[in-house]
Amino acid sequence: MFTYYLDLALRSLKRSPGLTALMVLTIAFGVAASMTAWSVFRAVSGDPIPWKSAQLYVPQIDMWGPQAQASNPDSDKGPPDALDYGDAVALMRDHRAKLQSAMYQIGPAVVPADAAKHPIQTDGHAVFSEFFPMVDAPFQYGGGWTAADDEHRAQVVVIGSKLNTKVFDGGNSVGKMLNVDGRDYRVVGVLKEWNPQPRFFDVVNTGGFASDGEGMFMPFTTAIAAGISNNGNTNCNEVPEAGFEGLQRSACIWIAYMVQLDDAAAAEKYKNYLEGFARTRYPNWAPNVRLRNLPDWLDHEHVVPSDTKVSLLIALGLLIVCLVNTAGLLLAKFLRRSSEIGVRRALGAPRLAIYAQFLTEGAVIGLAGGLLGLVLTGMGVACVGLVLPRDIANLAHLDVSLLATTLVVSVLASLLAALYPTFRAAHVVPAWQLKSN
Amino acid sequence: MQIQPIFAALRKHKLAAMLIALEIAFACAVLCNACFMIASRLSMMGIDSGVDESALATMQLTGYDASKAADVDARALTALRAIPGVQDVALLNSIPFGARRGTAGITTDAGGQHFGGVIEFYVGGPGSFEALGLQLESGRGPQTDDYRAFTGLMPGDASIQITQALAEHLWPGANPLGKEIWMEKFHYRVVGVIRTLVRPDPPGWPAAQRDWCVFVPALPGPYLTGSYLLRAAPQDLPRVMRDASVAIGKALPDVVIDRQASRTLGDLRDNVFRNDRAMAGLLVGVIVALLGVTALGIVGLASFWVAQRRKQIGIRRALGATRGDILRYFQTENFLIVTFGAMLGVALAIGINLMLMRFFEMPQLPLWYLPVGVLVLWALGQLAVLSPALRAAKVPPVVATRSV
Repeated sequence: MFTYYLDLALRSLKRSPGLTALMVLTIAFGVAASMTAWSVFRAVSGDPIPWKSAQLYVPQIDMWGPQAQASNPDSDKGPPDALDYGDAVALMRDHRAKLQSAMYQIGPAVVPADAAKHPIQTDGHAVFSEFFPMVDAPFQYGGGWTAADDEHRAQVVVIGSKLNTKVFDGGNSVGKMLNVDGRDYRVVGVLKEWNPQPRFFDVVNTGGFASDGEGMFMPFTTAIAAGISNNGNTNCNEVPEAGFEGLQRSACIWIAYMVQLDDAAAAEKYKNYLEGFARTRYPNWAPNVRLRNLPDWLDHEHVVPSDTKVSLLIALGLLIVCLVNTAGLLLAKFLRRSSEIGVRRALGAPRLAIYAQFLTEGAVIGLAGGLLGLVLTGMGVACVGLVLPRDIANLAHLDVSLLATTLVVSVLASLLAALYPTFRAAHVVPAWQLKSN
Repeated sequence: MQIQPIFAALRKHKLAAMLIALEIAFACAVLCNACFMIASRLSMMGIDSGVDESALATMQLTGYDASKAADVDARALTALRAIPGVQDVALLNSIPFGARRGTAGITTDAGGQHFGGVIEFYVGGPGSFEALGLQLESGRGPQTDDYRAFTGLMPGDASIQITQALAEHLWPGANPLGKEIWMEKFHYRVVGVIRTLVRPDPPGWPAAQRDWCVFVPALPGPYLTGSYLLRAAPQDLPRVMRDASVAIGKALPDVVIDRQASRTLGDLRDNVFRNDRAMAGLLVGVIVALLGVTALGIVGLASFWVAQRRKQIGIRRALGATRGDILRYFQTENFLIVTFGAMLGVALAIGINLMLMRFFEMPQLPLWYLPVGVLVLWALGQLAVLSPALRAAKVPPVVATRSV
């Protein structure tokens, strides 16, 4: 029976090819435009690690006390958004989360082995070994270093693909030596092209977005021992003693911290631990700690400009306009066919059959529009690179589940539009409809 | 033109007409809010930096020990000054649209009770104030003995110049000259007011705070080193920058030039607003698509109605209606639908804006966007309906005599 309705639907659509084309095109256009916009907006606003962001948390501790809070412009009166050296090291020593890493931004110079080349300014982070599994850093060659390397301040580095190309002309450089700020380090891992946006593990220093991939990672303990100073922001409550060692002794905040906690119970437990930690370290004031998961943290740090999110809504608005438009056209078309329905009813077709026929026709249009829309979206996303800066365009990619949703929505909307006129037509006495013509 | 019969006809097609009106309402709401977002981005991208951008560039050096700062700066300044075409070279810690090295919270009292906001300290060496091309509104610029050596993160005590916007924020209506600000124990006296000076990172700040800056004169030292401001005639600047790289490479072979950050201010500005430009472009695309779809919807429905009413049109023509009457009928019908839709749309636009203000910290939509949005939709509707209406006007009276 379905094939018969399908045939009827196609015939009916062929009768007014202009209108049909218009409806299909509107849906396709709407789907394509809104999905392309959506994918780009999401690229600059999105969650860089969606499969794991709910398990990553950023702990905050108030190390400055109520006096500094008095001038805190934040209405929440939350703790500062980074840690000082003492707290970070103590948290690492306690090692209460499944995975955790303190980190700070470094900007050392790399001296190529070829003396003719100039030193290269790089950026990167000093991190602990658990950083790599925690953020799912993709390795091309080799891997991260071990916890023992952290402890022994091993002279090792993990380098990014760009630095690998610059210094070693690409290829597997695991085991080679790299001169960083005058000291030699052994390369233990080379990352694939990896440039998460926003730079979620250290938004305080990068402001969320960094144009290039990370140059290198080295063990936190090694970097501290080598005196590789902080290249990121330093925020002080009082003026620290001079030098990098003075900074380490001070209550200035310059260290980012991230932990992985697998479920809510673990997060609850960790939060309790943080409170206890704050109470012992800062007995003079009530513990003021926060444990935000990554999406909340990005939101709190205003990493994504709020109007980017609004742009997502606007892309959605465009889709709604297109669907309403198609619904209107379908309505107009179907309402005109009450006489046809009258004839079929008079010939003995049950109401169910009328519904089936018209809903099939609606679905055909929705599906055709949706499918054409998918093709156009594919083209749109592919062409984004022509209009937008490459690093933004690279981030825009199609999301299968999103596309599937769009397809379903476009079919549902046209079905819905078909439902009302069919309902009206199917419920009028056939004889009256025949007569009125 | 009688409106009554149009209403009667529309009542027969209530649902279709309502849906088109609804579409127009959505289009109107989205149009107003999206245009407003584009406009706010554009106005941010067009921000007045307060400096002679086209004549300025920066060189950023790193990779040397703090103890060698004095030597590096002396050699770098000499090398850069020797480049033909360079008018001025000076040290400046933060660079408009570039490096950000002096963002800090201030208070307006020594006790640290009255928080004044987070501002940018431009700490500059001798000549940097003039090289920037800052315009004084009142008071005086830095004088030779204002530039003093310092060893901490910032000069501990200095006579500074402040932007008008920041002065107005800190001491509304009062004369800022002679007023003082504190950053922890560091203490600054306002001796001059500059017209404006943009922060290094304007996109990260609310519109009102993008020029909350002060200029602090200081002598080069461990915390004012390696960041140079170059001034040259705009047409010489690209060549000067190429020469500067070479000159630094020769004079200081061991230091590292941060090439990402060593660029002309024009390039830096482009870079700072790159994402905003992309977003604005994309929003324009969305708006064009939106208007296109709306127009298509109107064309579709009007064509459909024209086809459906061929006979009635024929009868009207046979009864003496002119082509103009028929044309105007469809135009008026469209006008009524669009008006109804646009009225809904205005309400919706305000509603959406209120929601955005509440949840997304968006500013308030200026009311004049609404009538403009309605006008645009009216024009769009009339344009879209023109071709179907002309087709309707061409229906000959003889159609009336034919049966279906």
